[in-house]
Amino acid sequence: MVSIGDTRIHQAPPAEGAKDQHMVINMGPQHPATHGVLRLVLEIDGEIVVRLYPEIGYLHTGIEKTCEAKFYQQVVPLTDRINYLDPMSNNLCYCLAVEKLIGLEIPEKATWLRVLLAELSRLNSHLIWLGTHAMDIGALTVFLYTFREREEILRIFEGLAGQRMMTSYIRIGGLSMEPPLDFLDRVQGFINMLPEKIDEYANLLTGNPIFRNRLKGVGYLSPEDAVALGVTGPVMRASGVDFDLRRDIPYCGYEKFPFQVPISTDGDCWARYEVRLVEMRESIKIIQMVLDGMPEGPVKADAPKIVLPDREKMKTQMEALIHHFKIVTEGFAVPAGEVYQGIEAGHGATGYYVVSDGTAKPYRVHMRYPSFATLQALETMCKGRMLADVVAVIGSIDIVLGEIDR
Amino acid sequence: MDKQKPLMGKADVLEGLAEHPAIKAILSWNPEALLDAKFDRGELTLTIAAEKICSAAVAVQTAGYNFLEDLTAVDWFPSSPRFQVSYHILSHSFKEYIRLSVLLDGADPVVESMTSVWPSANYYEREVFDLFGIQFSGHPNLRRILMPDEWEGYPLRKDYPVEGYR
Repeated sequence: MVSIGDTRIHQAPPAEGAKDQHMVINMGPQHPATHGVLRLVLEIDGEIVVRLYPEIGYLHTGIEKTCEAKFYQQVVPLTDRINYLDPMSNNLCYCLAVEKLIGLEIPEKATWLRVLLAELSRLNSHLIWLGTHAMDIGALTVFLYTFREREEILRIFEGLAGQRMMTSYIRIGGLSMEPPLDFLDRVQGFINMLPEKIDEYANLLTGNPIFRNRLKGVGYLSPEDAVALGVTGPVMRASGVDFDLRRDIPYCGYEKFPFQVPISTDGDCWARYEVRLVEMRESIKIIQMVLDGMPEGPVKADAPKIVLPDREKMKTQMEALIHHFKIVTEGFAVPAGEVYQGIEAGHGATGYYVVSDGTAKPYRVHMRYPSFATLQALETMCKGRMLADVVAVIGSIDIVLGEIDR
Repeated sequence: MDKQKPLMGKADVLEGLAEHPAIKAILSWNPEALLDAKFDRGELTLTIAAEKICSAAVAVQTAGYNFLEDLTAVDWFPSSPRFQVSYHILSHSFKEYIRLSVLLDGADPVVESMTSVWPSANYYEREVFDLFGIQFSGHPNLRRILMPDEWEGYPLRKDYPVEGYR
């Protein structure tokens, strides 16, 4: 139990006109260091942050409400738009949840490719984090380098799905289509090149005295606070909580790929930087394991009432045409029930809570996104620190406003 | 565990999953407050009496379910009781989720705030208040979080239109 005066409880800001010796300043929503449209109301004493209230909702588009009016398969493209930096993980989490509701088995090749794509997507997300975080601190060069590598991931996604960012490639029942012939070679080429590039970023940043001094000992979060405040992902692991959903509650066949989960007990921004760099290297190892053992077979489940037929079959077989017509016009009914599926996305634990009432449209889709919870810990991390540290802390917790506001 | 056949109803679950740590914790705390239970698709759902949810949460927290991962609501309009609040709780040691849920009436829905057990419930409860209009008693700062402060109505309720001008 915590008392109401605890820093972890967000209280309402003081009423307007209240006699207070602290200065209240506004940061955002248009501020280059807030990574989107985050607005912070800061109460400062000189340069020391006394209190901090995040104001969110500027990007709220009501995706959860929209989902209720769509067929199950029409929700997939909406999920891309939530966390636009890690699209495959969103698709994956939603599809796993619906497949759990239906009880649908996915072919092995599709699950292996899903693991590969989720890890590529994680690299995409971490590359953006590293570039923008370093840029917030003042190291602009790294931003240009990481975006160079991210561009290659986006080109791979474009070749795969025809879309660079809103891929919608992972579908209920497998993947939307076979990957192109040169796909595996391109991924191999990319991960051959990437470890050197990560060394390059580390060369630029790890020994850099400005970067070190801005991050070391800044934004401390204890493991107890991390758990109490719902913080997940790299931020939680940098605080010393050893938990990774990929390893501990494996989904999508992650149990086949042994990998290290980096942990740090320092709990500061520097620890988060180190944990994420190791995570990127581990993701490369997972991708290599997938490439080495890629099984043969179809990428779609054999469930004609749920998965759209191939174009060729649709044009030549009457049954396939009927199924196609039925899925597109009426959707498919999902047995009543409720499931919660959690996965480890780039920013932390993402979860989809899907409730079905037995019809072709989801009764309720709720998305649990890590940034929403992590933002609650911002006050605990920034309180009593300098104003300039707030920028470093926001960079280090790696938030995406799309997934906070949904 | 996923392959296990579904268990519906309190009696079946108590018999089939007698050794489950969460069920043991709830039974040793207050078996009367456990209204219903089901084990479906590998997920355990325990329905708790609404006025006892906080102490039930403390009971499972003590048993090792240490992380509140998600808190949300479902509107079962027009059936009664109308609202279901679902708490997804993760155990880092048992490596599994459980779901606690409470059922609330449609008129003036109020439930105890979970912020005293898990401070992370703060934003989740504000979100549920904002979008469903469910009150959380004892919440330190129950204001709208996603919608503008002066917004009228609760968008995720089923009687709120999906499109068109309000």
